[in-house]
Amino acid sequence: MTPNEKDGLFVSAAVSRGSFSLEVSLTAAPRQVLGLLGPNGAGKSTLLGAVAGLIPVTSGRIVLSGRVMDDAEAGTFVPVYERPIGYVFQDYRLFPHLTVTENVAFSPRARGIGRQAARSAATGWLSRLGLADLTERKPAALSGGQAQKVALARALAGEPALLLLDEPLSALDAGTRLDVQAELKRHLEQFSGPCILVTHDPLEALVLADRLIVLEGGRIVQEGTPAQVARQPATDYVAKLVGLNLYAGVADGSQVALTAGGTFVIADQGLHGDVLVAVRPSSILISTQRPEHTSGRNSWQAKITGLTLLADRVRIDVDGQPPALVDVTPAAVAELSLEPGRHVWLTVKATDTPVYTR
Amino acid sequence: MRGTTSRSVPAPLLAPALVAVAFLVLPLIGLLIRAPWGHLARALSGSDATQALVLSLWTASASTAISLIIGVPLAWVLARTRFPGQRLLRSLVTLPLVLPPVVGGVALLLALGRTGFIGRLLDSWFGLTIPFTPVAVVMAETFVAMPFLILAVEGALRSADQGFEEAAATLGARPFTVFRRVTLPMISPAVGAGAVLCWARALGEFGATITFAGSFPGQTETMPIAVYYTLENDPEAAIALSLVLLVVSVVVLVSLRDRWVRGGTVS
Repeated sequence: MTPNEKDGLFVSAAVSRGSFSLEVSLTAAPRQVLGLLGPNGAGKSTLLGAVAGLIPVTSGRIVLSGRVMDDAEAGTFVPVYERPIGYVFQDYRLFPHLTVTENVAFSPRARGIGRQAARSAATGWLSRLGLADLTERKPAALSGGQAQKVALARALAGEPALLLLDEPLSALDAGTRLDVQAELKRHLEQFSGPCILVTHDPLEALVLADRLIVLEGGRIVQEGTPAQVARQPATDYVAKLVGLNLYAGVADGSQVALTAGGTFVIADQGLHGDVLVAVRPSSILISTQRPEHTSGRNSWQAKITGLTLLADRVRIDVDGQPPALVDVTPAAVAELSLEPGRHVWLTVKATDTPVYTR
Repeated sequence: MRGTTSRSVPAPLLAPALVAVAFLVLPLIGLLIRAPWGHLARALSGSDATQALVLSLWTASASTAISLIIGVPLAWVLARTRFPGQRLLRSLVTLPLVLPPVVGGVALLLALGRTGFIGRLLDSWFGLTIPFTPVAVVMAETFVAMPFLILAVEGALRSADQGFEEAAATLGARPFTVFRRVTLPMISPAVGAGAVLCWARALGEFGATITFAGSFPGQTETMPIAVYYTLENDPEAAIALSLVLLVVSVVVLVSLRDRWVRGGTVS
């Protein structure tokens, strides 16, 4: 076991459900946001359910803040309602018959706090999350983004030691998702315990998580910082999922000055101020000579620092202003003799650089 | 059917359908034609009608209350737990739905009568005698009507989204708190509909009641029993009593329809 079991979450357990088995060993430190990635059926929800106490482990144990939550061998099982957790469900599950305030006051009430104290605690959380205007509404009268924030407020109001977020933004439309994501990041930074975030969305994982764990078929196939996982993806699934080049910068109409160096020409959407630019590794062209007569508006020189062979592609790690990950076919690597140390030109079209406000 | 002309009904279906309508509606029209509209109030007050009506209303309400207190928990057990013999148990507790009520009355009498295996104990330990008392009326009505409530609530519990209960548990709610603050409020439309159905069935109960409780005016003579006996010597009063029950039934039907249309668990 890890030396310091007093803080954080420690899981070393197996869960069998029919023909499916989950076998994981992971830790999450206080203030750490652990991103849990994986295809459907990889066992993400099962893992979350086991940590929450909705599914008992078949073997092994789960320890939270020094307290054993589940230990199959010792026969210890703390029921879900006694675990100090906050769970934000993918579909929020706000109680439709209760107002927003009553929803948020539910956990303090259930944990034995008086009606008045619970209400005022709820009011506090609601104003902290900017929901003070919605207190008397029923969940049916909330927008997706509002419902998400109420669900977060409800989970936090029980003052949990661990926060579990199951694809918290997947039910939102693309427009509101980025706003809510930025706010979620702010609130996660203020949360003092560990947090597990299940996600399908690479952008969400890269922006919100400090560390990533990739699950496939009930096993952890990769673990590391988002940058590490993106540089050397262990499987093709991971490569496709987290291979996004994400650049912070300042937009001014049709141009973005990148924090990592260099400038991007973008499709002008009238954006100004702090933005994120996302570029897929497969939409970057690589050439050995300065490209001329090309429609790509962004070209810059860079140096290859590493190559990783994947199932159907080679991921090339390139250092320049800005640095980038580029996916090419194995044939292209051979033809252009791409190898570490080689100087190349990268080109990307302005229309292949989606920009998001930060 | 929307937007197009409604489809024409084939004659082999239309004729039997019209016969069915006539069969169901004509008797009610007969009741309305023969009703002593001019002196309805007198016809009602001239008999034991008021007594019977009051008895019927309170016993039906009492048996509905009892059904709610013990039937809703049973519905929860049937819907949310698994144990050996559960299917047999469900069959047993819903048997009164198909059992002739008079058989139910006989069964109650044999169990709770002074010589019955429970009634004997009640008599010797507490000096209690249940048959032929208002308590027996309530018991007979509960026996026949409670399964309606149990089935309605069990169905609602099965179709309710258990995700909300899971969410409540992660928020620290113990199982009974989950039931009280989440499950019950969310299935309340079904509980309401089940209770109305149960109450209507209790109000109309005849066979089990007359067998187990008899027909003592003011004590155990409920409205349906009063209608039956009054018809022999005072037909006008019997018709007036029937009209009262008909009105109550229509009110029940309207309220049920409203609930069922809005039905479901989540608005």
